[in-house]
Amino acid sequence: MSLMNDNVNRRGPDTFDWCFLGVIMAIISMGILSIYSVTNPQSTTGFPIYLKQATWMVVGSLAFLVAVGIDYHKLARLSYLLYGIGLILLIIVLIAGKTSRGSQRWIPLGPFAVQPSEFIKIPLLLLLAAYYGATTREGWLRRLIIPGLIVLPGFLLILKQPDLGSSLGFLAIFLVVILAVGMKSKAFGFVVLAALMLFPFAWGGVWGSLHEYQQDRILSFVDPNSDPGGKGYHGLQSRIAIGSGQLLGKGLYGGTQTQFKFLPEGHTDFVFAVFAEEWGFIGSMILLSLYILLFLMGLEIAFKAKDIVGTLLAVGVVTMIAFGVVVNIAMTSGLAPVVGIPLPLMSYGGSAMVVNLTALGLLLNVKRRRLSLL
Amino acid sequence: MLDTSRQANELADIQNRLIFVKIGFLMLLVLLGLRLWQLQVRDGLHYQELARDNRTRSIILEPARGLLYDRNGELLANNIPSFQLYVSLEDIQDRNALLAQLPHYVDIDQQEISNKLSIKSRRGRVKIKADITLKEAALIESHRLELPGVVIQPEYQRHYPLNNYASHVLGYVGEISESQLKDPEFSDFQGGRIIGQNGVERTYDEYLLGEPGQEVIEVDALGYPKRSLSVQSPLAGDDLYLTLDIRLQRLAEDLLGQEAGAIVALDPWNGDVLALASKPGFNPNDVSGGISAKDWQRFLKDTRHPLTNRAIQGQYPPGSVFKIIMAAALLETQTLSAQEMIPCHGTFPFGRRIFRDWKAGGHGQVDLTKAIAESCDVYFYKAGNLLGIDPIATYARQFGLGEKTGIALPSERSGLVPSSEWKKRVKREPWYPGETISISIGQGFLTVTPIQMAKVASIVATNGRVVQPRLLKASRLRRTGALKEKPEPPIRQLPMSPQTFAHIKEGLAAVVTKGTAKLAQSEFVSIAGKTGTAQVVALKPDGDKDKNKEPQKEFRDHAWFVAFAPVEHPKIAVAVLVEHMGHGGSASAPLAKTLIEAYMGFETTQQPSL
Repeated sequence: MSLMNDNVNRRGPDTFDWCFLGVIMAIISMGILSIYSVTNPQSTTGFPIYLKQATWMVVGSLAFLVAVGIDYHKLARLSYLLYGIGLILLIIVLIAGKTSRGSQRWIPLGPFAVQPSEFIKIPLLLLLAAYYGATTREGWLRRLIIPGLIVLPGFLLILKQPDLGSSLGFLAIFLVVILAVGMKSKAFGFVVLAALMLFPFAWGGVWGSLHEYQQDRILSFVDPNSDPGGKGYHGLQSRIAIGSGQLLGKGLYGGTQTQFKFLPEGHTDFVFAVFAEEWGFIGSMILLSLYILLFLMGLEIAFKAKDIVGTLLAVGVVTMIAFGVVVNIAMTSGLAPVVGIPLPLMSYGGSAMVVNLTALGLLLNVKRRRLSLL
Repeated sequence: MLDTSRQANELADIQNRLIFVKIGFLMLLVLLGLRLWQLQVRDGLHYQELARDNRTRSIILEPARGLLYDRNGELLANNIPSFQLYVSLEDIQDRNALLAQLPHYVDIDQQEISNKLSIKSRRGRVKIKADITLKEAALIESHRLELPGVVIQPEYQRHYPLNNYASHVLGYVGEISESQLKDPEFSDFQGGRIIGQNGVERTYDEYLLGEPGQEVIEVDALGYPKRSLSVQSPLAGDDLYLTLDIRLQRLAEDLLGQEAGAIVALDPWNGDVLALASKPGFNPNDVSGGISAKDWQRFLKDTRHPLTNRAIQGQYPPGSVFKIIMAAALLETQTLSAQEMIPCHGTFPFGRRIFRDWKAGGHGQVDLTKAIAESCDVYFYKAGNLLGIDPIATYARQFGLGEKTGIALPSERSGLVPSSEWKKRVKREPWYPGETISISIGQGFLTVTPIQMAKVASIVATNGRVVQPRLLKASRLRRTGALKEKPEPPIRQLPMSPQTFAHIKEGLAAVVTKGTAKLAQSEFVSIAGKTGTAQVVALKPDGDKDKNKEPQKEFRDHAWFVAFAPVEHPKIAVAVLVEHMGHGGSASAPLAKTLIEAYMGFETTQQPSL
């Protein structure tokens, strides 16, 4: 078995692999370009942010190679341990974490700050795949309640930070995996699917019908920093940024909305607005197409995976990235309330970059081992 | 291997279900794509506009007002740099905090800021305070982060280096008022604009204003300027050279001193206003620097009315000065000849009334020259009775009484020349012949302004040339730098014979040499003039019937003296009115003499004092 895997490992990357890598690198490059554009004028001191992001891309690529290299079955077996470590880190964050803009998300680690709520997603993906892949889980208890109870502490610990976006991402992965596993009940599956699909839009609709003070109350309950300027300032400025990009965009450095700080957080959560403002509808469509390509390739891997562990791992990874993309763009374009969710592969952030590239590495790992039994 | 096959079946199940996940994700992403199409393509222009409004602020660049000079190039009004406090409405983040904080740094009422900010517009800049001190500006700059939207802009502030001198001629500038903004005359103006509010600042505003420029700047989210997008430089206003001789103007004002009154000096040949003094005056620097509402009220309520330009707005009975016009009417209508002798015994009985001469016992046998020189009332009572009111009114109007002179200053008054028609129309009563007797010596309904009397003097001086008093001599166009002389105003000749003027002049010269104004006699220059005493009857309170009591100052008569000089070749015509100073011969004549001597180049070391 291990010999065969080694054989597989020794095979060079094929066209699919290169394509897959190309799409990832293209997206990351667009992110770095946007970060470069929006932070360039202010990077008078220290290491420029875009170079930091490039450094994280290198670090993430190493993690990617590691994630491709180690058989995902081995990693799946370690998932419970890794998940446990993740929970402990989340508890440490709650007790001794670094507070930034009102929420405790970071553990200082030398010159860096690590965000455990990002890192725990990898064990979560592996754990869910390992759990359903081990034996057939029959009945409600085994199929839903037990894994639910396993996922719940992570979800609650992240929510408590508070980090509404990440905790919802956590939940989304779980729900999509359950959907894939199937509940032996078409109705339930349909409800989950429909709920997931309509989630951001229903959210937007219900949200919009609430009074401002109700929204404020809910938001300040779950995340006091969702909209520090208040009164939908970020949402409006973000819509203006995206809309004013029009068809062709304003070009590099041309984004007045972001360059002049009408839209804050241009290099993190609102990086899509920066990109859309400067590269217009054409640029947005190219970026969206790249993401779609990435998801289709990911789902292709899931579809052709040789076992349940592989399939569910692939579905989880795709869900993780897709959730970030959908909610982030829905948020920046005014379809969903502003909750802090970074755009995968584009927003500035070391932890997210490393985690996303690791997850994509696992995806390629699954693909490269699908032929081993045949 | 059962387990394996079950696993294989389940794998197939899972992979079959992936199609739902795929469709789900694809639909979501297509929806996002549609949303982006909506924002960027369908509504792109709208958001483009929002983005532009977001980042640009347009600032009006105030042009430098044209400078004011006197006829000899002496500076009367200029512009000095000053700091203006603005609030940029788009950038206010917390109105209440702003209202609470600003008074800590600037001397301004919270209510006043609130009033200024209460305009409907949500965009643009509102001037909160003009000419803040350097200290205030520094304080605000150092607290700039706490005061988003507060902008200090260096701008020109109108400055009058001579302070109170010529204040009524120059006027003052001020922010365009709410009521002016509603006036169609100011329809091109935006709020906050500094415009001329009085004096020549107001009448020649169109020359002085210049054209404002506009700068569009790009700002960041805190309203800080990032860069300039476009600049349209302002165009400074034209400099104006007034006809005033500021040396004479200062002298005139100094001569009046603390008294209320007016002095007008004209060049009789072209109507140049050489001096136009009105006292008490004000310092236009106080008013132009954005006067507070409280100070303004104090100004308006001042019983001495410092803002009133008595030279053109003060309406007084002309008193005996009117005898000049009576003389012209007599001779022109040939009612009496100049040589005809009239006996004067000090009284003129008319109906049941007896009109008295100012001189008890009378002047004896009086011809026209003597009647003017000694200001014989009985002579003119008789003349008026012979003439009747309407011919008197006609001649008075010929000399420009009862109508505005048309000097380029706001709010000129016309005075009043009564006639039988006027009485019927306004008072709904017939004219009583007794009233004509009062008019004959310049009392009754008749009122004139000092500038009208200066005009009368210049008409006599030039044998009937009527010119409009003018204040603007030349202008320097800022655009080209060219100095443009104003053409001399058209001259109208009164249809009266030169003999008439010769007789009048003879009388007026005798006034100074041997008549009522001997104090105006100069050893350097021949002066002709006429004294007058305007009775302040109407002002006496009803209860005060005691005629023997020496009246309080505010009920004393006004002193007139109207003159021109030199008699042979007149160069200056003067009207002097000093309120509540009694007889023109003693109070006003010496002032006219000093002024004339100064104008003719004979400086007297000792100035008369009132």
